[in-house]
Amino acid sequence: MTMPPMSKTPLTVWIPRDAAALSLGADRVAEAVAAEAARRGIDIRLVRNGTRGMCWLEPLVEVETPAGRTGYGPVTPADVPTLFAADFLHGGVHPRLVGPVAAIPYFRTQERLTFERVGLTDPLSLDEYLAHGGYQGLQRALTMGSAAVVQEVADSGLRGRGGAAFPTGIKWKTVLDAPADQKFVACNADEGDSGTFADRMLMEGDPFTLVEGMTIAALAVGATEGYIYLRVEYPHAHRTLQSAIDAAYSRNYLGRDILGSGKTFDLEVRLGAGAYICGEETSMLESLEGKRGEVRPRPPLPAVKGLFGQPTIVNNVISLASVPTILRNGSAFYRDYGTGKSRGTLTIQLGGNVKRGGLIERAFGITVREILYDYGEGSASGRPIRTVQIGGPLGAYLPESQFHTPLDYEAFSAMGALVGHGGIVAFDDTVDMSEMARYAMEFCALESCGKCTPCRIGSTRGVEVIDRVVQGVDRDANLALLDDLCDTLLNGSLCGLGGLTPYPVQSALKYFRDDFLKA
Amino acid sequence: MYSRDYSDFGTPPADDGRLVTLEIDGRAATVPEGTSIMRAAATLGREIPKLCATDSLKAFGSCRLCLVEIDGRRGFPASCTTLVSDGIKVRTESPRLTALRRGVMELYLSDHPLDCVSCPANGHCELQDMAEALDITETRYGLKGANHQGLPKDTSNPYFTFDQTMCIACSRCVRACDETQGTFALTIQGRGFASKVSASQNEPFLNSECVSCGACVEACPTVALTENSLITLGAPDRVVTTTCAYCGVGCSFKAEVKGNVVVRMVPNRDGHANHGHSCVKGRFAYGYATHPDRITAPMIRASTDEPWREVGWDEAIGHAARELRRIQAKYGRDAIGGITSSRCTNEETFLVQKLVRAAFGNNNVDTCARVCHSPTGYGLKSTLGESAGTQAFDSVMKADVVIVVGANPTDGHPVFASQLKRRLRQGAQLIVADPRQTAIVRSPHIEAACHLQVRPGANVALFNAIAHVVVTEGLTREDYVSSRCEIDSYTKWKAFVAEPRNSPEATASFTGVEPDLVRKAARLYGGAGNGAIYYGLGVTEHSQGSTMVMAIANLAMATGNLGREGVGVNPLRGQNNVQGSCDMGSFPHEFSGYRHVSDPVVRGAFESAWGVPLLSEPGLRIPNMFEAALDGSFKGMYIQGEDPAQSDPDTQHVTAALASMECVVVQDLFLNETAQYAHVFLPGSSFLEKDGTFINAERRCSRVRKVMEPRGGFQDWEVTMLLANALGYPMRYQHPSEIMDEIARLTPTFAGISYEKLDRLGSIQWPCNEKAPEGTPTMHVGEFVRGKGKFFVTEYVPTEERATRRYPLLLTTGRKLTQYNVGSQTRRTSNVAWASADVVEIHPHDAELRGIRDGDLVGLTSRSGEIVLPAEVTDRVRPGVVYTTFHFPESGANVVTTENSDWATNCPEYKVTAVEVVRVNHASEWQRRHREFTEHQLSLLTGRQPTHA
Repeated sequence: MTMPPMSKTPLTVWIPRDAAALSLGADRVAEAVAAEAARRGIDIRLVRNGTRGMCWLEPLVEVETPAGRTGYGPVTPADVPTLFAADFLHGGVHPRLVGPVAAIPYFRTQERLTFERVGLTDPLSLDEYLAHGGYQGLQRALTMGSAAVVQEVADSGLRGRGGAAFPTGIKWKTVLDAPADQKFVACNADEGDSGTFADRMLMEGDPFTLVEGMTIAALAVGATEGYIYLRVEYPHAHRTLQSAIDAAYSRNYLGRDILGSGKTFDLEVRLGAGAYICGEETSMLESLEGKRGEVRPRPPLPAVKGLFGQPTIVNNVISLASVPTILRNGSAFYRDYGTGKSRGTLTIQLGGNVKRGGLIERAFGITVREILYDYGEGSASGRPIRTVQIGGPLGAYLPESQFHTPLDYEAFSAMGALVGHGGIVAFDDTVDMSEMARYAMEFCALESCGKCTPCRIGSTRGVEVIDRVVQGVDRDANLALLDDLCDTLLNGSLCGLGGLTPYPVQSALKYFRDDFLKA
Repeated sequence: MYSRDYSDFGTPPADDGRLVTLEIDGRAATVPEGTSIMRAAATLGREIPKLCATDSLKAFGSCRLCLVEIDGRRGFPASCTTLVSDGIKVRTESPRLTALRRGVMELYLSDHPLDCVSCPANGHCELQDMAEALDITETRYGLKGANHQGLPKDTSNPYFTFDQTMCIACSRCVRACDETQGTFALTIQGRGFASKVSASQNEPFLNSECVSCGACVEACPTVALTENSLITLGAPDRVVTTTCAYCGVGCSFKAEVKGNVVVRMVPNRDGHANHGHSCVKGRFAYGYATHPDRITAPMIRASTDEPWREVGWDEAIGHAARELRRIQAKYGRDAIGGITSSRCTNEETFLVQKLVRAAFGNNNVDTCARVCHSPTGYGLKSTLGESAGTQAFDSVMKADVVIVVGANPTDGHPVFASQLKRRLRQGAQLIVADPRQTAIVRSPHIEAACHLQVRPGANVALFNAIAHVVVTEGLTREDYVSSRCEIDSYTKWKAFVAEPRNSPEATASFTGVEPDLVRKAARLYGGAGNGAIYYGLGVTEHSQGSTMVMAIANLAMATGNLGREGVGVNPLRGQNNVQGSCDMGSFPHEFSGYRHVSDPVVRGAFESAWGVPLLSEPGLRIPNMFEAALDGSFKGMYIQGEDPAQSDPDTQHVTAALASMECVVVQDLFLNETAQYAHVFLPGSSFLEKDGTFINAERRCSRVRKVMEPRGGFQDWEVTMLLANALGYPMRYQHPSEIMDEIARLTPTFAGISYEKLDRLGSIQWPCNEKAPEGTPTMHVGEFVRGKGKFFVTEYVPTEERATRRYPLLLTTGRKLTQYNVGSQTRRTSNVAWASADVVEIHPHDAELRGIRDGDLVGLTSRSGEIVLPAEVTDRVRPGVVYTTFHFPESGANVVTTENSDWATNCPEYKVTAVEVVRVNHASEWQRRHREFTEHQLSLLTGRQPTHA
């Protein structure tokens, strides 16, 4: 029997450590690959990378070939002996072979700026991060004054990716201009919207990008302490972030006198306790302070009086993770992407009833239909897609007639919808939209912090009123009451949870009214 | 719910800042920057609907009723959380706003019972008000949806009920507990529709950290948190503003009354000392006034082992007058005397001392301040020139560093403690000097920068050490001292404290405090922009009590911390009117306003006003009276509202003195310990039954107003008048205001005070005269009352009472939050739910050495006597120190305290007694005798013969 020639340097095999891949068996595949390699006496270097974002291919096993990184997927442990037998380490032909990953249309057509390293590198390796352009943004920022960094971010057109789309540069300028002895940077990593996973994928796949982005933010406004408020449901992201933070400290990218600049920035991860409302920025600040996660009235804005009453940048993971590329490549590079007032890229998360769900980073302006059909390839069930909900559980339901709408903050706002955090959930024609409307109220009732009256009581009443409408009890009166309730929620609520709950309810009523009138 | 006659501005006032003008509903409003739109509207008389907002609490923004429209702004901002800005145009009423508000109200009402008519809060409920204002009588959601009906009530607290069925989850109670009281006992548990007010970790209120201050009840807009008395008695029909009769904070209350019955006591939001806050005593513990133990008919007996005989007022007064005159005829003019009460009004104490000086014809008058704050009077008069605290309570809100020494404000002066804690939460630093770890040392969001756990008796050494650091490290304010103080005295003092023997290191063997900690505290206070000192009986009740008061004044003068807001020397007076009783000339050597009886001009003024010659020699102090009684030269006493048999040190000495007298006249609410040795008992009247004034620890004179008729038929001042007239000295006052007019005529510091002015201003801090027609919140501004401030050398002289092999532990005494002084009032209320007995606190180390476990009965023996109490093993006390309270007569804490007293004023050394503690299994010999004696005396009371059937 002839053994394949041993290379001097071991061959590298990439198997994702991303939670989506793990849930599809990536660990078991990795164990099987390692065991099989050992059994065969092959010296391999197993790298647990982030995900490429093509969930239907996970676990996606990659190897280096002359044609570039070549993938096999989805791989099961049972496939492993046959992969070895097919010499997959050198790109051998196998039923799971998907070819060079970068050439897969789903991936090739993306515009990966924020996610440029996710899936490519070892997320735990600071050296790989540096080798792939990491910390060049910080290096450049350190040569600029605070105001210039803030201006660069403002010029890029970056807007808050957490959902509110507030111009990041303006927020930073407010913090910069607020006089205070102590300022903070707080990253909102409480990614709780259904159908969203971009924050998680980034934190699990390229945590240094977030750390660098926060460091730049801190330098830009004179903050010396930062917190990542991470939802407790993300244990893998927690470990990855902690590892990255430790590495950054050990190499002087965090802590005192960062890279000899004389600047200080300390960063730590704080875990939430499972409340959706703590993804609302003021509740998050309360929770960070050790208090009950309850919404604060605004004003004062967190940028003026935030964490512990001090000026605080509160940004979402993706917003902060977009900053290194802006600083490295310049604001013009970033703002060249996108359309209208929506500049740069959106990290779209496609899920629900589609064939090919995953992470798609594209410049603003791509239409819903392109996402659903060019990327998603239509519904998983094969039935017509009837509606999509965009922007999480508080986003509006779009009928097919609106699928031509480009993903653009203003375009969505004009039709009473949200881009939000960029999550798209598809439903086929079996969906009962009265149930979805009811669910929106139910979700609000479940997650309401209980502070303001419209949300605390109104959401519970909303479920009851919708039930009466659907059951045909005093239907007209209850439909009128539901309208009034939505008005109270929309205009009376203290924060977006109660304030946005009418979006899914009213869009369902508006476009799918018949679903409510069956009884 | 707060009192109905209060108009609520919705949010607290902004600090005086730049003025901002805006337009509200077409009218211009000009208010300080930082004011909410809601408050600005209220200043124009426009009440914006609200439920979660009240002007004692920070804006919260949860109810969403107060939404308004602002030109050029999106949406409907909440007017409570939105601040004014220049030129904005606000609309508080529009069809759109009404629709939104009605939408919110419908939601509220969908989870609230609508049977207002049968609700105790009917007519007082803000939810009901809002529903009426928005013209909503029903809710389209109906009442059959998810709701909170039928949930169990929490009735664990004896004074109020929490009915979560009625709760609208506005968090006002939670916020009041946090912001107003500072206990942080309440929280909202759960979220969304399940949000629920919870005490501690979802415990019954009584078992929680709740201190029953009532702030939550006051803040509640509905009936969810309601006084049990209101539930039982129903709505009041009138409101009387009066002043609390417990501690020296002097809280203003609105007594809500139905007929002749108090429905509830509501803290007055316009009260200058308490700003709407209260504690468990003033707020709830007034039931003693109607307790069946009250004695409401006069009684006499020939000797103390005879049964009491109930008689009419004429007979009782006539008997007392004859007896007192008989004694004077037999034993001499000076064989009788009187004690004024710090719980009675100024007018009453003034009359008692007038009775003694003018009708008895001697100066044998003293007051219970003798045994508490007499060193304050002496020490502050000597150094600064006036026998009183220098600040208003509100001054603490401008302090940067606060020293609390020998005081336990959260228990003894709870409403001030809440204000202090509020300031500490804003960032002021705290230094505590106390042998115990009192609650102020560490509590939610409060931690003292330094706790100087000084050994009892070593205060002067500690403060000399602090002064040593201040002087040797250049922290004195030489410019201040040179312009305002006597330089010679300063130079001497400075040289004295700078001596190495006064350093923290050298004094550590006395004080038991780490030198570094003393240095840290000294630097903190010496370096403060505004340093304020608050002290209590832990300073005065020592053999060097007066020295210590002077040491405090020295330190404040040397660091320039006198004469403006935020600083000062502030005695926390124990009783409601201890300041007033001292001001009124209750001491044997002083007329009202602290003027010596030997001063011929002053005496002349009193002689001409009172129409009798007065003695120029001081009379007997309380301890001298008792000594003279035991000598056989002092035979009769008139004691109004005091209980020296329980409150004064060395009980067996006091009771022997009382037993040796021929006529003891006691005027009190109850048959107290002293009354058991009395021959004449005159029914006293509680503060609810009289008109008058009290003066609190900040020199604030406040009106006491009659809420109900005196149960014995007369107010206390009337009784004194009857006695004077029977003695042949005429007193003819129609109303206490006439007594105050006389006080004002005769006392320069009170010259400007009258009932009319008190009614107009609410309260007045003396001095009030031509120079300060509306009173004086801060004293010694510009210059000290005595001219130049005077430093005194404060040599530390250790007390003779020290730990020995026989008595190796030091006992110190204090108070509990829920009990007051000798307990005769609070023991007769439901406050016993929190504290029903005195206990001895002992450190685990000392307990283990003696085989004592928590709850064991222990004997506490000193050279004066022995008592037995249950032990509480706790590290609140330091090793070598034990602690108890004296609220319960059967405990007999003062059986073990000694006759040691302050060198200058005879204030007893309650705070240091050498004792031994051992495990025992039965009550002490004294306690057995006390029980037998008390039972015998009670049998003489129950067997009393009514003369008029």
